[in-house]
Amino acid sequence: MMLSKGLKRKREEEREKEALAVDSWWLDPSLPAVAQAPPAVASSSLLDLSVLKLHHSLRQSEPDLRHLVLVVNTLRRIQASMAPEPTLPPVPSPPAAPCVADNLLASSDAALSASMASLLEDLSHIEGLSQAPQPLVDEGPPGRPTGGSPPNLGALDLLGPATGCLLDDELEGLFEDIDTSMYDSELWAPASEGLKPGPEDGPGKEEALELDEAELDYLLDVLVGTQALERPPGPGR
Amino acid sequence: MAGAGGGGCPAGGNDLQWCFSQVKGAIDEDVAEADIISTVEFNYSGDLLATGDKGGRVVIFQREQENKGRPHSRGEYNVYSTFQSHEPEFDYLKSLEIEEKINKIRWLPQQNAAHFLLSTNDKTIKLWKISERDKRAEGYNLKDEDGRLRDPFRITALRVPILKPMDLMVEASPRRIFANAHTYHINSISVNSDHETYLSADDLRINLWHLEITDRSFNIVDIKPVNMEELTEVITAAEFHPHQCNVFVYSSSKGTIRLCDMRSSALCDRHAKFFEEPEDPSSRSFFSEIISSISDVKFSHSGRYMMTRDYLSVKVWDLNMESRPVETHQVHEYLRSKLCSLYENDCIFDKFECCWSGSDSAIMTGSYNNFFRMFDRNTRRDVTLEASRENSKPRASLKPRKVCTGGKRKKDEISVDSLDFNKKILHTAWHPAENIIAVAATNNLYIFQDKLN
Repeated sequence: MMLSKGLKRKREEEREKEALAVDSWWLDPSLPAVAQAPPAVASSSLLDLSVLKLHHSLRQSEPDLRHLVLVVNTLRRIQASMAPEPTLPPVPSPPAAPCVADNLLASSDAALSASMASLLEDLSHIEGLSQAPQPLVDEGPPGRPTGGSPPNLGALDLLGPATGCLLDDELEGLFEDIDTSMYDSELWAPASEGLKPGPEDGPGKEEALELDEAELDYLLDVLVGTQALERPPGPGR
Repeated sequence: MAGAGGGGCPAGGNDLQWCFSQVKGAIDEDVAEADIISTVEFNYSGDLLATGDKGGRVVIFQREQENKGRPHSRGEYNVYSTFQSHEPEFDYLKSLEIEEKINKIRWLPQQNAAHFLLSTNDKTIKLWKISERDKRAEGYNLKDEDGRLRDPFRITALRVPILKPMDLMVEASPRRIFANAHTYHINSISVNSDHETYLSADDLRINLWHLEITDRSFNIVDIKPVNMEELTEVITAAEFHPHQCNVFVYSSSKGTIRLCDMRSSALCDRHAKFFEEPEDPSSRSFFSEIISSISDVKFSHSGRYMMTRDYLSVKVWDLNMESRPVETHQVHEYLRSKLCSLYENDCIFDKFECCWSGSDSAIMTGSYNNFFRMFDRNTRRDVTLEASRENSKPRASLKPRKVCTGGKRKKDEISVDSLDFNKKILHTAWHPAENIIAVAATNNLYIFQDKLN
C-alpha cells in the first residue's frame, strides 16, 4: 500500500480486524514446526515483509526511529541467517548512495537516510540470492567515486581476464565498487534479462524495484557506452 | 512467579473484587481519531485524574466529595476542566507536521490552591496551571457593572469593592512552554523529587529542565552515534527515582535499563547500573529483539524496585540486582506463537504501559481485546479483566476473563484467534492511595473500584 509522503496512516485502513492464523505460512517447509525451535533460516516472505516495512517507515515524513531501528535490526538478523558467506560487500560509505536516499527520504538527517539506503543496497544482493533466478538489481548509481573500493575486487578481476574482456583501466574504476560476485554466482542465469527488473512478484516487489529504474537506465547507458569500446557482452546482457 | 492467563482469582491483596464505577467518552462505534486517549494520570492525592488525547486536548476529572447520604458509593469523577494543550504545528524548516497528540501528562505536587501539570507532545512540553475562581469583585469605582469606564469627574463617593460568590470557573493557563530542545520524538517526562526540575526524554537524548527556566535545558544523556549508520538502539522511557533526586533510569529498545547518577558527571552517558536479563536461547526468534524492547519503566512508590514492560511480560527488578529481574509476569504468553502475524500488522510494536498500586503490592498492565491484567505480588495470583460497555452496570462486579490457547474452548473462554487487536489497552493508572483504577480503552475511559463491603 503506497502512502504519499507525510500522510499519516489511517487507523481503519491499517488495522483491519483479522483473525490470526497460526504462524506457519512464513516457514520454510523443510524446517520443523515453529512451536519448539525457531527456524534457523527465514523465508523470503519474511524478508520481503521486512523490506516493505523498512520502505514504508522511511517514506514517513518523520520516521518513527524506534520502529525503524527495530525493523532494521530484524532485517539484519534475517540477512545474517540467509547469507552467512563472508563475501558480501561491506556497507558502502554514505556518499556512495545519495540517489537512493533522495528517492526514499524526506528526512533531514542525511546520514540516517544514507545508512538505511546502504542497508537496502546490501539487501538487494540478498534478494537476488533468495529468489533465484532474479536478476541482480544494483541500486547504486554507476558514477560513484572510486573511494569506496570493496575488498572483493578480486571478483572484478576475474570478470576481466576470465571472460576475455578488455577493460579500459579508467573505466574499471567506475565499476570498482559494484559487487560482481553475483555475476559469478550459480544462481545467476545468464539467459535472463540482465539489469531490467525481473518478473513482478506482486505489489511489494514492484514497489521495491520501481525506484531503481532511473538508476538502471543510467547504468545501462554507461554500459552501452563502454560496449562501443569492444567490451564483449558481459553477463546478463 | 505468576503464570499466564487468568486464574479466576481476584488480585490486589485480600481477595479484592473489582467493580465497574464509571465510563467516560462517546458510545459510538465510529471512533474519531482525535478522541483516542493517549495518556492517563492521577495526581498525587488521587482527587484529580487527567487524560490526554490524540487531538491535543487535556480533560481533568475531579473526584466529588463523598456523599454522606450514599455511604456505599465512593466519590465519582466528574469533568473538572477541559482545555486544548497542544495544537498541530508545522515545522517549516523540515517540512514536517508535528502531531498534537499528548504523549504524557505528569502532575506536580500541589503547593497552593492551584494545580500544575506538565503535558507534552512529540516536541514541546508545557506547564499548565489549573486554578479555580469562585468569587468575583463587585463595586468597582472606576467602572460599571458592565465594565464600562466611569467618568472620573462624575464620581462623588468612593466605595470598597466586595467579593461575591459566583459559579465555579476552572481556568487552565499555560505558564511555561519548554520548546526547541528535542530533535527526536519525546516519549517521557518525569518530575524530580526536588519539585524544581524535571527530565524529558526522546529517542536519543534526555534533557534536564528547571521548571522556572524555559530557554535552557541541560542534556544529560546522549546516545546518538557520531555516525548514524551505527544506530541500533533508542531510548524508550525514562523516569526519576521517587526519593533520590540525583537518580534516574532509562530503558532501551534492546530491553536494557540503565540507572544513572547525576552526581557522577554532567553527561550521564556512563551508567551507574545496567540491568539486562540474559536471553533465553530456547525462545530465540527473529522477533526476539522487538519483543524485548521496553515500552515503559516505573519505579515502585517505595523506590526499592522498578518495573519494566516489554511486549509479552512485565518484570520487577530489585535496584540492587542488575543480572535479572526478581519477578516476571506473563501478560499474554499465548501471543508468542503469533509473533509473525503481529509483526505483519505492526501490533508487535504497540507500546503498553504499566503501573503500581499505591502500596506496591499489585501491578497492572493492558493487553488486547480491551483486556487488562493485574498481578498480586504477595499472593502470586493474577487476573484478566475486561473494560467493556457490556459490563457497565453501576457497581457490577467484573468477571475474570480467560483466553483459551488451544484444544477445547470452555464456556466463557475466548480463543486467541477471536481477540480483537484493534481494542488495545495501552494506558492505565492506579490511584495513589486507594483501589481505584482508570483504564483507557481507545476513546473511552473506564473507572473501576474495589467492592466496598
